[in-house]
Amino acid sequence: MATNEVKVLGSWPSPYAMRPRIALNLKSLTYEYIEEKLWEGKSELLLQSNPVYKKIPVLIHGDNKPICESLIIVQYIDEAWSSGPSILPSDPCERAVARFWAAYLDDKWFPAVKSIGVAKGEEAKKAAIAQVEEGLALMEEAYDKCSKGKGYFGGDEVGYLDIAFGSFLGWLRVTEKFNAMKLLDEGKTPGLVKWADRFCSHAAVKDVMPDTDKLAEFGKFVIAKIRAAGAAAEMH
Amino acid sequence: MAEEVVLLDFWPSPFGMRSRIALAEKGIKYEYKEEDLRNKSALLLQMNPVHKKIPVLIHNGKPVCESLIQVQYIDEVWHDKAPLLPSDPYQKATARFWADYIDKKIYDLGSRVWKTKGEEQATAKKEFIESLKLIERELGDKPYFGGESLGYVDVAFIPFYSWFYAYEKCGNFSIEAECPKLIAWAKRCMQKESVAKSLPDQQKVYDFILQMKKRFGIE
Repeated sequence: MATNEVKVLGSWPSPYAMRPRIALNLKSLTYEYIEEKLWEGKSELLLQSNPVYKKIPVLIHGDNKPICESLIIVQYIDEAWSSGPSILPSDPCERAVARFWAAYLDDKWFPAVKSIGVAKGEEAKKAAIAQVEEGLALMEEAYDKCSKGKGYFGGDEVGYLDIAFGSFLGWLRVTEKFNAMKLLDEGKTPGLVKWADRFCSHAAVKDVMPDTDKLAEFGKFVIAKIRAAGAAAEMH
Repeated sequence: MAEEVVLLDFWPSPFGMRSRIALAEKGIKYEYKEEDLRNKSALLLQMNPVHKKIPVLIHNGKPVCESLIQVQYIDEVWHDKAPLLPSDPYQKATARFWADYIDKKIYDLGSRVWKTKGEEQATAKKEFIESLKLIERELGDKPYFGGESLGYVDVAFIPFYSWFYAYEKCGNFSIEAECPKLIAWAKRCMQKESVAKSLPDQQKVYDFILQMKKRFGIE
């Protein structure tokens, strides 16, 4: 393999796998995309290139440089191909803010979104929904501050935080569909609603954003599996 | 304008220690403010409304939250002295990966070691040691994770050394017996003033843990 070739190991329903692909698209870089069918078992290449977590996404640059963890990959792409448009802000303070919100989304917000689907009982579900809505209110405020009147968290162009947050939109929409509710609401978070449409129709994003219906079908499959595992565990 | 740097912190926090070390490495003068976590200051709540946690770095009035984000910020702002992250993008990505691994594993596994007993503790110890061994393998024969000098991963990990004695006493095991290279590395780091000044005494941390155990009713 040529020393400059790029491979991405991913999985189409994964929001994390979308992130490196959007970043590569923003830099107008070509790459080979390898779909891992995770429910059929992990490939040798995946196990070799991510022995610690055995998870996608993995970016393999050239012959021997695997990079793991989606946000670390995005930063790598930004730094290795520094001549293309910048993904992270140049100001250290703005970078810290972008990193802070990306970490919040990964560590707190998206787990709350996922827990709505598998919450046991009405109380737990309500609490999860409240946490998600609280997070969206925070992100609306962050959007106001970061975008400075422009279209994206990154300003004129899609940036790190747009990628981090936007990659969760597919599953957010599925959650809205499954629970017949609006989480991203024009009344409460008007800025984010417009930003979401703008993000999803961006050239670097639209081909890697999964179709909501297709994702919903997959979601049903995953929830059924989790419930079955839970029921099996309770039977012992 | 004179630089104004404040660190809101809590003396046993390994996360706070990271920022202390980074600031010391760069020779930055700052005001250290000790927080009482059972009675958080208005400043803390104002500067970190989302998580309400320490450490918080306040630079010229603007807060930076989350310890690894702080270390990167410090490295980027005061970039002309003692670089912590490598300049090569692949080496940078590798450093970030291991610092993130340490974040995901060490604190939680270590906490389970001192907070639990019996079977649960045995499992926690096993997983904790496995993680340490993986980190030790990554160090290899290098003097520091950063190579010839203290780097990002060293700063991310060395604070936990101040908790090793507490883990060992609570879990009844020896980390040195399991990971001698890691202990050698830790002692090497402790020779540096920036590290020695930023880490509390291990006995003090152990006493603190015993207090915590009493408070939470853990034998």
